[in-house]
Amino acid sequence: MRLKILYLARLRDALGRGSEDLELPAPGDVSTLLETLRRRGGPWARELAGGRAVRVAVNQEMAGSAARLSDGDEVAFFPPVTGG
Amino acid sequence: MPVRVQTGDFDAGAEIAALRGADPRVGAVASFIGIVRDINDGDTVSSLFLEHYPGMTERELDRICAEARGRWDLLETLVIHRVGALRPTDQIVLVAVTSSHRGEAFAACEFIMDYLKTRAPFWKREDTPAGQRWVEARATDQDSAARWQASETEPPA
Repeated sequence: MRLKILYLARLRDALGRGSEDLELPAPGDVSTLLETLRRRGGPWARELAGGRAVRVAVNQEMAGSAARLSDGDEVAFFPPVTGG
Repeated sequence: MPVRVQTGDFDAGAEIAALRGADPRVGAVASFIGIVRDINDGDTVSSLFLEHYPGMTERELDRICAEARGRWDLLETLVIHRVGALRPTDQIVLVAVTSSHRGEAFAACEFIMDYLKTRAPFWKREDTPAGQRWVEARATDQDSAARWQASETEPPA
């Protein structure tokens, strides 16, 4: 399953990249993807840790950790919003 | 129900005039303009940068306006939000609402702004004497938005 991942705002700075294409070996959900990313260690483990305020959108809709992922999905990770 | 995300400034007077048009049902216009302050959390802000998530941001703003129209009897809604580099005294956001009566216009304008602050994907990065920093979300903004969940049309006092 191939995913397009986006890291926005402070997360892009903390993780050192704004996007990547990622191949997940098996079907999964957002929590599977988070676990895969955390295993990279360093800022990935720190920034995406369970207690951190990280929001997730799948195909530009807000999603929870149980949201199923499909081939070609766009998954965005970002901090709580601060516009207005 | 226009929603615009743009780098350029806006003319609130011209935007409101266009929103009203020649509609004789309009008895009230409520509007809000957000402006860049020069102090935040005790530090001098020389400039800030606003980032958004193209596509999702516009969709969320559309959804917020649709929810306002579901709660109140509105004629038109308008949201303009700027992105990119901004400086103190610059306008950031315009929300304008037309309706037949002022109560609905006031409430809907505040509702749209409260939901925008907590749901629309925008992020501010400030330049201060200590360097660049991303603005942290405020609990008080969450509280303001949560007031509207208890009541369909009025924030509790």
